[in-house]
Amino acid sequence: MSPSAIDPTAISALGGLDVLLDANNLQRLAEGLLVTLKVAASSILIALALGIVIGLIALSRRRIVQVPYRLFLETVRIVPQIVWLFIVFFGLAKLFGWSWSGETSGILVFGLWGTAEMADLVRASVSSLPAHQTQSAQALGLSRMQIYRHVLVPQALRRLIPASINLATRIIKTTPLLVLITVVEVLKVGQQIIETRLLTTPAAAFWIYGFIFFIYFAICYPVSLSSRWLEERWNVGG
Amino acid sequence: MMPPVSYATGACKVFSLDYANMLESAPLFARAALTTLKISTAGIALALIIGLACAFLLYLRIPLAGRPVRAYIELSRNTPLLVQLFLLHFGLKVDAMPCSVAALAFLGGGYMAEALRGGLEAVERAQIESALSLGLSRWQTLCFVILPQALIVAVPALGANVIFLLKETSVVSVVAVTDIVAVAKDLISLYYETTEALIMLVLVYLVLLLPICLAIRHLERRVKHVAFGN
Repeated sequence: MSPSAIDPTAISALGGLDVLLDANNLQRLAEGLLVTLKVAASSILIALALGIVIGLIALSRRRIVQVPYRLFLETVRIVPQIVWLFIVFFGLAKLFGWSWSGETSGILVFGLWGTAEMADLVRASVSSLPAHQTQSAQALGLSRMQIYRHVLVPQALRRLIPASINLATRIIKTTPLLVLITVVEVLKVGQQIIETRLLTTPAAAFWIYGFIFFIYFAICYPVSLSSRWLEERWNVGG
Repeated sequence: MMPPVSYATGACKVFSLDYANMLESAPLFARAALTTLKISTAGIALALIIGLACAFLLYLRIPLAGRPVRAYIELSRNTPLLVQLFLLHFGLKVDAMPCSVAALAFLGGGYMAEALRGGLEAVERAQIESALSLGLSRWQTLCFVILPQALIVAVPALGANVIFLLKETSVVSVVAVTDIVAVAKDLISLYYETTEALIMLVLVYLVLLLPICLAIRHLERRVKHVAFGN
């Protein structure tokens, strides 16, 4: 652990705020945040890529598609994500000897959960378009590809983009769970900083966790705002 | 209380479970499930009250209330429950149980407010004037005219929030509440009964969540058929 610039034995004058303002600690928090963001970004990318593909496949009404799709969706959704994290992190290691790092397990779990949610958004955004859109386009003599390109996809995207931005914030807000599977992300770093000063400046916990609280807010709020702005602009409603 | 550890001896061990052990851990899980239910019931009830208050303040355009209420909704919806719990428990030194309920209520309040506000906005404002001109008091108008219609519209969103909050309750073990996840984690770290503990964990959550999910889906389907003259 890197030495702190402030003498750790000295009783804090600023009621713990100095622990947060210590450049060393801020840098460590930033490094932890980077881990958080890395996991979130990877999961979001997986969710986008796989979710779009699976969601488009799920548009088919055939049983051979619908049964496995529903099964996947409900299985992922029914238990809390922390249970999935435990299954992947502890369970797979015990059962098959696959001892993945916490980060990898996190990306896998959040990625798959995001995939399920994204697939459902894609499926819903296309299948909720009224049938007369397709029928009118057919009556105008558009080909199947043209109908998708000029009629269905543009309308579906207007519903899909705000909803998938929302999903991204949900994935970001799930990343603190990583702390439970030994990942040293921003919350864990905060915990470590607090523990080094526990005896001298117990009030540091308030400032550090308060700071992390606002970091999450500062990341998620603009993203949610952009989603709402797009929704209002395209007038699709929540 | 638990039999001695049976370490995995090889690949053939994969699905040979220690059923006796799982049975023995059942009471622990049952007690933990009760704790989870207690926290989530209290948290969700409080969240509904907070949400209702916030939604009314916004809907009635109470002066000076708009900004703080909106700020609260954004804060609660854009931060993770885990961080809220840490801040409350370690930062503000609130005890584990009240802290879990409070954090859940704080988080849920924002979500419930949004759901209820959506429901309220769906009721035409002309109905307020109509009710008032019929001689109903403001209070009666809200309780017997606006709210019932708003609730019907909000049922799907409220139901989704209830399930979401129930699932979110799974993180309270971080402030040393002995919930289902905490029991599973203890069994894993103390006895290395990983597979058994994880299966129990999934089973307990299924027993807890499946009936509630189905009940909410049933409610949604029933509400779909309710229409008020439109």
